[in-house]
Amino acid sequence: MVVDLLDRKLLFVTGKGGVGKTSIASALAVLAASHGRRSLVCEVDAKGDLASAFETEPLRFKPREVHDGVFAMAMDTEQSLREYLKLQLRIPLVGRIGPLARSLDFVASAAPGVKEILTVGKFCYEVRQASYDLVVVDAEASGHIVAQLTAPDTIARLVQVGVVREQTQWMLDILNDPAHTGVVIVTNPEEMPVNETIELAARLREQTSVDLAAVVVNRVLPELFGRGEEELFEGLRRPEPAAALAKRVGPAAPLVLDAAELAVRLRRTGAAHLVELRDGIVPAAPLLYVPELFARAKGLRATRQIAGALGEELGF
Amino acid sequence: MAQATTDAGSLAALMASKEIAITCGSGGVGKTTTAAAAAAMAAAHLGGRVLVLTVDPARRLANALGLESFGNVERRVDKAAFEAAGVVPRGELWVAMLDTKQSWDDLVRRHAPDDATRDAILANPLYENITTRFVQGHDYIAMERLYDIHTAGKYDLVVVDTPPSRNALDFLDAPARMAEFFNSRLLRWLTVPYRSRMMTAASRPFYQMADRILGSQFLQDIAEFFILFQTMHDGFVQRARAVQRVLADKRTTFIVVSTLESSPLREAEFFIDALHERHLHLGAIVLNKVLPAYLLDPAAASAASVMEREAGAIGADLAPLLAAEPADLTRLVADVAASFHNYAVAATREAEQRTELAGAPEVVSVPQLGGELTDLAGVLDLGQHLWRPR
Repeated sequence: MVVDLLDRKLLFVTGKGGVGKTSIASALAVLAASHGRRSLVCEVDAKGDLASAFETEPLRFKPREVHDGVFAMAMDTEQSLREYLKLQLRIPLVGRIGPLARSLDFVASAAPGVKEILTVGKFCYEVRQASYDLVVVDAEASGHIVAQLTAPDTIARLVQVGVVREQTQWMLDILNDPAHTGVVIVTNPEEMPVNETIELAARLREQTSVDLAAVVVNRVLPELFGRGEEELFEGLRRPEPAAALAKRVGPAAPLVLDAAELAVRLRRTGAAHLVELRDGIVPAAPLLYVPELFARAKGLRATRQIAGALGEELGF
Repeated sequence: MAQATTDAGSLAALMASKEIAITCGSGGVGKTTTAAAAAAMAAAHLGGRVLVLTVDPARRLANALGLESFGNVERRVDKAAFEAAGVVPRGELWVAMLDTKQSWDDLVRRHAPDDATRDAILANPLYENITTRFVQGHDYIAMERLYDIHTAGKYDLVVVDTPPSRNALDFLDAPARMAEFFNSRLLRWLTVPYRSRMMTAASRPFYQMADRILGSQFLQDIAEFFILFQTMHDGFVQRARAVQRVLADKRTTFIVVSTLESSPLREAEFFIDALHERHLHLGAIVLNKVLPAYLLDPAAASAASVMEREAGAIGADLAPLLAAEPADLTRLVADVAASFHNYAVAATREAEQRTELAGAPEVVSVPQLGGELTDLAGVLDLGQHLWRPR
């Protein structure tokens, strides 16, 4: 089903904080757009990382084209509420009754699922409107995503009557259809991100009907040595070869070897976590690997590079 | 630029002079590990009873401390674990994990006016949802628990690892927000329709709209919950203020933890400003997973460049010494050199990021060790980097 990833309409990109959710979400949108699919990418928590990924000024609720075929927006529940009232519930006057809309926003915060449904509802709405071929959500971190995805269910359970309840069914139809919607978990080859990914995959399966589309392992370190090379490398530390090497490249040669050892150590630790990840996700989901870029600044260049790496993984 | 990765700050003085140390920073920067390592060092070298209170249940950390797991109840790390690490600890190290649900229940039990109210609140389907989201419940409860432990006076030092908040400041403002919430118009508002159906002309359109959208039954459920919740007003507000005072106390310090990546660092800076604004004590900045300084060494860079350029000749030259095929050795030498350059780029970026942290009090760098913590010895090794003698 891997090739299928970008054929979906709605992708929720989640994962532990700091793993590169925003980079992956941006790159997926860029990749889809490069194949002629008009994409919308939306930041749910207003940290501003999405704007950095496209090197553009702060994003607003109203989508703006930030790259060829890629539109970007920042979620704002109050504005989403206004749009919701106006477009979906057909409640007029909302422009004039600002304070009331704000109060309703308060209630929305108190009532379980209402705030989430304003967020999820907006994405489902965009999917239904089909103004974009793909909506990529730079979603909440692992801890909150399940609450977001189950919001329509929660509402349907808690709210017995009312327009909101009536609105939940079509959202569920979109969310629970793997042809439409998928979750992408981003992780790193490290202990905590891998543990959280395994736990989240289990919770998604148990508590939601939303499909886990893929797990993206970001920042996979390259393998430095192939079979037998490690022994050869260690040989370079022996006095005679070491002296010969220093004679050719200077006395700092051991530092270059130290750096290689650090690289091997980091790679090996990561590889062990990848094995845990592969074994821990049942049933298996497609794993996509994005290499470490060794460029720790985020920006358009990095976004494009990651899009390229994902494209290769997807054979896209 | 090379010195950028060799900040030789130390947490030793801070840990000796404070009673509460709160680590904060964005997710994935090693807050929990830093808190554990600082606490372990304090227990080993300063003595007394040291507690590390964590919200992040890293199984490996628990195992590293010689525990199967730990929960809401504080547990002592076995002295033998220190001895196995070759350290005779001067004090005791205790650990506890914060179970937010449990702590909230305790809070309700403490403040509910009677058993009936307590049971009604705990059984309300909205209870968990509202406590977690409405007043940044998780953040508040972390501070509340800290207050509890602090006032009990059982520990000389408590090192707290804060929840990875979406908004890193939530937990600082949580006590104030809790107090605010109880006094808010919103709460009055939510409880009005239940108390009395007499509505003012001004709010009628709202209720009509809200009824239409959410259904009146649902609104009433919400109202009922808040009416119950309101009975705990005095206890909660008083308590929230006391928690706030502890955070601002001279004996409390904050340690901002980050890596040298742009996004965590941006959050760290934001945090530093926020602490200043609130007149809270910023004790130190800990930079984790910092790449080693030799990656910035010009002599090493030039050696790597020669290796890359002359890989063929070096391969031919050294192959007989290693009984290897020259082509194999050439490839190896070129790969090793390329890898050095990759990591050097990353280290240079880190050094640049580092310069943006100017004006910070004490900056402590912890090198990227590349391994994984498996025992207390590993935790203490890491701690050594936090604990350089002056």
